[in-house]
Amino acid sequence: MEKRVVFRSAWLPYALVAPQIAVTIVFFFWPAVQAFWFSFQIQDAFGLRTEFVGLQNFGVLFHDQNYLRSFQITAMFSVLVAGSGIAISLLLATMADRVVRGALAYKTLLIWPYAVAPAVAGVLWAFLFAPSVGIVTYALRRAGVDWDWALQGDQAMLLVVVAATWKQISYNFLFFLAGLQSIPRSLIEAAAIDGAGPARRFWTIVFPLLSPTTFFLLVVNIVYAFFETFGVIDAITGGGPAGATNILVYKVYYDGVKAADLGGSSAQSVILMIIVVALTVVQFRFVERKVQY
Amino acid sequence: MSFKKIAAVVGACLISSTALAQVEIQWWHSMSGALNDRLNDIANGFNSSQKEYKIVPVYKGQYPESMTAAIAAFRAGNAPHILQVFEVGTATMMAAKGAIKPVYQMMKEAGEPFDAKAYLPAVAGYYTDSKGNMLSMPFNSSTTVFYVNKDAFKKAGLDGSAPKTWKEFATAAAKLKASGQQCVYTTGWPSWVHVENFSAWHNLPIGTKENGIAGTDTEFKINSPQHVKHIEMLADFAKKGLFTYSGRKNEAEARFFSGECAMLTSSSGAQANIRRNAKFDFSVNFLPYHDEIKGAPQNSIIGGATLWVMNGKKANEYKGITKFFSYLSTTPVQVQWAEATGYVPITNAAFEAMKKEGYYEKVPGADIAVRQLSNKTPTANSKGLRFGNYVQGREVIEEEMEAVFAGKKEAKPAMDEAVRRANEILRRFEAANKT
Repeated sequence: MEKRVVFRSAWLPYALVAPQIAVTIVFFFWPAVQAFWFSFQIQDAFGLRTEFVGLQNFGVLFHDQNYLRSFQITAMFSVLVAGSGIAISLLLATMADRVVRGALAYKTLLIWPYAVAPAVAGVLWAFLFAPSVGIVTYALRRAGVDWDWALQGDQAMLLVVVAATWKQISYNFLFFLAGLQSIPRSLIEAAAIDGAGPARRFWTIVFPLLSPTTFFLLVVNIVYAFFETFGVIDAITGGGPAGATNILVYKVYYDGVKAADLGGSSAQSVILMIIVVALTVVQFRFVERKVQY
Repeated sequence: MSFKKIAAVVGACLISSTALAQVEIQWWHSMSGALNDRLNDIANGFNSSQKEYKIVPVYKGQYPESMTAAIAAFRAGNAPHILQVFEVGTATMMAAKGAIKPVYQMMKEAGEPFDAKAYLPAVAGYYTDSKGNMLSMPFNSSTTVFYVNKDAFKKAGLDGSAPKTWKEFATAAAKLKASGQQCVYTTGWPSWVHVENFSAWHNLPIGTKENGIAGTDTEFKINSPQHVKHIEMLADFAKKGLFTYSGRKNEAEARFFSGECAMLTSSSGAQANIRRNAKFDFSVNFLPYHDEIKGAPQNSIIGGATLWVMNGKKANEYKGITKFFSYLSTTPVQVQWAEATGYVPITNAAFEAMKKEGYYEKVPGADIAVRQLSNKTPTANSKGLRFGNYVQGREVIEEEMEAVFAGKKEAKPAMDEAVRRANEILRRFEAANKT
């Protein structure tokens, strides 16, 4: 039997959701529609001349080999950031969940990085790993590693992935920890009595029970990697070297904000929107089936 | 309320209303730290020199940020009066007819005596249209120079004098390497130094139409045999461990003053920082040149920023801006600004005054920038450059250069690709700014 509370009034429910809808429209739909509209135009920086050019902005993008390469880079970056972010934080959460003494201190420390702004996180990592003066660089050089991400694209990629992941681990950690704490102890204890080892208990009981959390985090992390990482990229590599870390959202930011090319930037953000919508649909249709609520 | 309090309030109102009669002029800029203090000195100096106008300087973030902020403000109808724009944004500002007020026009309308010839040609040339009209007010200008660690040179058995040509440079670099110098040479601002200034210094065009100054239908010419050869040389240096790439901004400067790298090409504006931090003897020199290219060395081109005046303000506000610009160009103000910041003095008179005062003997190397900028009378190739959306264009050039230095691409195909991609950006700009 379903429990349902039904509003008798015709307007009250609408009035109650109105503020939320207003916020969504003003801050999400309106800019999205505007980006959509701008993507068919060429404008000068000051908006003095506007010309409708149809699909030309999109045509230019898809003729650009570097833009197409940016898709591959973004795919790799997002998979690495979301994948390693989820894996590492799951590991940390399971560990922290077991700690008896000083648990609060561990947990607090693990949550800290979330309070750091992406750009600040970027600068921090850029300093640590700076090709000339970085402390880590110094250690790596002594260990015989030729660390120079100013020119080595792979190393630059590795660095931005690490920085972007580090930023997100705390967030994931919080959710995993909450998820873990809601798993009844009795289930795990019963399994232990039946002779299941820690690994077995984790994979057959804990992990499936965490699947709603994992799924939620997968969606959130992919969105994070696609949209929110431009601050990290901007502070560390600026998309370089030779475009090796030029992910889609960074190019949107660069072309729109720094280079004042609104038409091109809008076209890119429309494409990005389509990709993320598609990805989210795929996740909900196919991945969610494996989730046990 | 007591009578005294009322009197105080009324008094305060009266004072503030007289303050209101003063014309306020908003000046958005990107000078941070010590430069910000010096800039405020200038504004305060002007404000206390007269009562009618008040300059209000506002720091709006780095160059691209303050420009973006001003663009947004313009679209919302409340642009500042004066905006400091970096040299790369010149074409964008210039094309924005209706958004900007050309300086020469403003001066003429206000009846302010104004002689464009009083300014250093290499500085003013960058900001004049093809008819020689000055569009914006030069403010902070620098150029690229060549720094040498003299102690490292001596250690390598060299006499400490800087190489003049790239051939001499190669010999010196090999000796430095042999003496155990880990990083021999590095550079800041790769495109500004090795494409833009390389071209001007060798009197080669960066693009057609006088480097874009004569029209937006310009095309890049940076894949000429000379350009390719130069980039090839750098790639070869990189392979031999004689050139270490540091990044697209001024990351290289710290590597020089820490002693890690023995030679550096970067902004003349880095001098103050190097002087403060370097624990060794160094010299500031002209950029090396290729002696097989005829006419080299020509003159280098500037970087830095100028002050643009925005359109649609009141006549008396323009009057105030002209007064301020005249004040800014006076010799004492220029001398003080140039000596305190390391930027180039923008007027001939200020440069002469600094010479007479003996400043350049006191601070050896400080005159290199001006001397290099005015080495010869600027030609169509060395006057400056004006490419639309050059923020993006420069990025494309630097991406291709990085691919060459990393050994992923040959110089020729990389420069061809840079030209092709950068030209596409120019065509987009042309389309967006059709008149």
